[in-house]
Amino acid sequence: MATNYETHEYDVLVIGAGGAGLRAAIEASAAGVKVGLICKSLLGKAHTVMAEGGMAAAMGNVDDRDSWKVHFADTMRGGQYVNNWRMAELHAKEAPARVHELEAWGAVFDRTKEGKISQRNFGGHRYPRLAHVGDRTGLELIRTLQDHGIHQGISVHMEYTIVSLLKDGDRVVGAFGYDRERGRFRIFKAKAVVVCTGGLGRAYAVTSNSWEGTGDGVSLAYHAGAELLDMEFIQFHPTGMIWPPSVKGILVTESVRGEGGVLRNKDGKRFMYDDVPDNYKSQTSTDPEEGWRYTQNDKNAKRPPELLTRDHVARCINREVKAGRGSPHGGVFLDISWIKEKIPNSAEHIKRKLPSMYHQFMQLANLDITKEPMEVGPTTHYAMGGIRVNGDTQATNVPGLFAAGECAAGLHGANRLGGNSLSDLIVFGKRAGEYAAKYAKENAAGSISDAQVEAAYREAMEPFERPAGGGTEGPYQVQYDLQNMMQANVGIVRLQNEMEFALAGIEKLKARAAKVAVQGHLEYNPGWHTAIDLKHLLTISEAITLCSLDRKESRGGHFREDFPNKDPEAQKYNSVICKQADGAMKLRREPIPAIREDLKQVIEEMK
Amino acid sequence: MNKTVTFRIWRGDATGGKFVDYTTEITEGLVVLDVIHKIQATQANDLAVRWNCKAGKCGSCSAEVNGMPKLMCMTRMDTLDTSKPITVEPMRAFPSIRDLATDVSWNFRVKTKIKKFNPRKPDCEDGTWRMQQQDVDRVQEFRKCIECFLCQDVCHVLRDHHKHDEFIGPRFLVYTAALEMHPLDTENRLAELKQAQGIGFCNITKCCTKGCPEHITITDNAIIPLKERVVDEYYDPLGWLWKKIRPQG
Repeated sequence: MATNYETHEYDVLVIGAGGAGLRAAIEASAAGVKVGLICKSLLGKAHTVMAEGGMAAAMGNVDDRDSWKVHFADTMRGGQYVNNWRMAELHAKEAPARVHELEAWGAVFDRTKEGKISQRNFGGHRYPRLAHVGDRTGLELIRTLQDHGIHQGISVHMEYTIVSLLKDGDRVVGAFGYDRERGRFRIFKAKAVVVCTGGLGRAYAVTSNSWEGTGDGVSLAYHAGAELLDMEFIQFHPTGMIWPPSVKGILVTESVRGEGGVLRNKDGKRFMYDDVPDNYKSQTSTDPEEGWRYTQNDKNAKRPPELLTRDHVARCINREVKAGRGSPHGGVFLDISWIKEKIPNSAEHIKRKLPSMYHQFMQLANLDITKEPMEVGPTTHYAMGGIRVNGDTQATNVPGLFAAGECAAGLHGANRLGGNSLSDLIVFGKRAGEYAAKYAKENAAGSISDAQVEAAYREAMEPFERPAGGGTEGPYQVQYDLQNMMQANVGIVRLQNEMEFALAGIEKLKARAAKVAVQGHLEYNPGWHTAIDLKHLLTISEAITLCSLDRKESRGGHFREDFPNKDPEAQKYNSVICKQADGAMKLRREPIPAIREDLKQVIEEMK
Repeated sequence: MNKTVTFRIWRGDATGGKFVDYTTEITEGLVVLDVIHKIQATQANDLAVRWNCKAGKCGSCSAEVNGMPKLMCMTRMDTLDTSKPITVEPMRAFPSIRDLATDVSWNFRVKTKIKKFNPRKPDCEDGTWRMQQQDVDRVQEFRKCIECFLCQDVCHVLRDHHKHDEFIGPRFLVYTAALEMHPLDTENRLAELKQAQGIGFCNITKCCTKGCPEHITITDNAIIPLKERVVDEYYDPLGWLWKKIRPQG
């Protein structure tokens, strides 16, 4: 039966075509192996396009005091020291070369007066470090990689969804999926598979992620035997749009604050001054005037508290709203228009520095950000946790399976700094492609049993075979219920009993998902696709909830009202999830390997 | 502020189709894509529509709303007359897949035929270049393109005359202009522009510029300068004479 499926054979199969996937595919193909690239959407539409602020790389173009050491220490501090320190080291050292490489491939970054790549300030970064193109840096990144990649001999499969990884014994040797256009199933045989599927924000009701962010890769890898790491750490970006309802969750870039935007509550108070964490006090201004000078690149000024790490800013906003000091639609005010007091012709300045934001608010909210404050609130933005990988090679614990980008874990620890994601994609996308190609050269193709292909096919087709009525329901209501439950119970502020409620709720939703029925045809049928994605959403939701229940402290993106402080003991372990032989999800705490002495010294020096 | 609206959505595939009316209640502050999603979730689970970012940045949800080229995610309901049915149909310059999703693969094939970026040698020993902001402003305008292909959809050379084999369309003229005007690029793409890519077919009706959701001045800033370069290269009699008589080698 399996012989009936069209089969594609590659040395390296890359699943996901955002920044990490494209970079991995380019690297693998440059190593001389045959590469296939799976896009869930059209090429160039992946969620990387939404990244706004920039990519962090210690090039020192704007402030020559910057170096890989400062970047490393900033990343570890931001991640609250549960990061994979080897990844943080490689990332800080290799990001500048990866950015320069993009320029050699045609990227056109904003420039300094000397004609170098310009760099901007961002939360948690000590020096201006983000290479950027206005506020559409992600688009520039993905388009540059896309336009370079299409000349590299990579076979691109657009609008394909992978439903299962295929194995030969312990080793991953391919993937099984369908094309959205016609619903035809395909087998992709590969000597090595790289998962670069991005985020999982769709497990929540308010998210900046598109429909694609359903955690497919994390779930596929988990079900294939890969370990997951630190799933409790979810980044809630402090500034999402909250009004009108149609745009709820859409990101308002941190660059607004980097360019001098301030946060105020309904009484007009800059509430961020009220709560500056101890480990950032030495770097944070107490005087608004000094904070303003920082945003205008005064090297001697300290940063304003609006540019503290995202987890902290998000919680402060949450606190203001809960205390009844929020804006009319349940957020706070983010104001960039006030800079007219400082800059002549500020409207033009804002439009030039923040063109997408101006456009986004003008068109979607009918609001001119050069004249009025925006209303913003936290939105589910990024998963620090994900597939556990080797820091050097991006290999998982499953032979033949690699992962890079947001779906992989380690670099960001408990909280990611803005700008460290785009650089993550290109640094570790490259490494994943390189080592996957190496693995493919050293290993012969595996064999795939018909039985596992048939099992995956039957599972994918089941929703069509359940007759409507008789206890079945459509996929959308199950998805909504899951999203609302996760938002309410495993969100920005967490409590033991709420998370226990969610864990029980996930079991009930699993039972409902097993009875979801869809109608119609195989061609471009979004109801069917939603039904298939439910398995992934439920898997990752369970992992997030289990890890969050277990970590009885607050750290980075994981905040527990019942344990509001950091526990020094909890800094010594990562949460690791794996699938047991009986199919149940198991959690264990794993000690973080001792940090190398020279890196420890770097952290001490930068304190 | 709830009110009832009727969406007249094209349902069908490559073999044909028809408009189907869906009536639904909407709240304040929605865009067209929200209403499509609501209809999809409640009345037509299998309604095919492309979308990703829902913020006008990925260029996936292109369609014709009341006959106008639009990103559905950026078209606010309060800009439309809801007293009449609102028509939503797929881009008509491309073959239908199903409902609102069209086969835009032609665009991806065209792009691979345009010569890739080819930079000059790095300016500095560390392998980097120096460029002034004012020298990259124009290229950055072109690189704002989100590849929604609405410019291709409204271009009459493609839409009405189906010259897909002879003309690359405004999107790829902008793409070529971004490469040709890139301060580091050393490639020459004029011969293809004139021949296989058919720049001469464009007769500057500026429909592409009017429809561009990123407000790229496609015709004036990209296509006309490229046309001028082609003219200078191939149709300037003094230039032609100079090329004949200049010292060889």
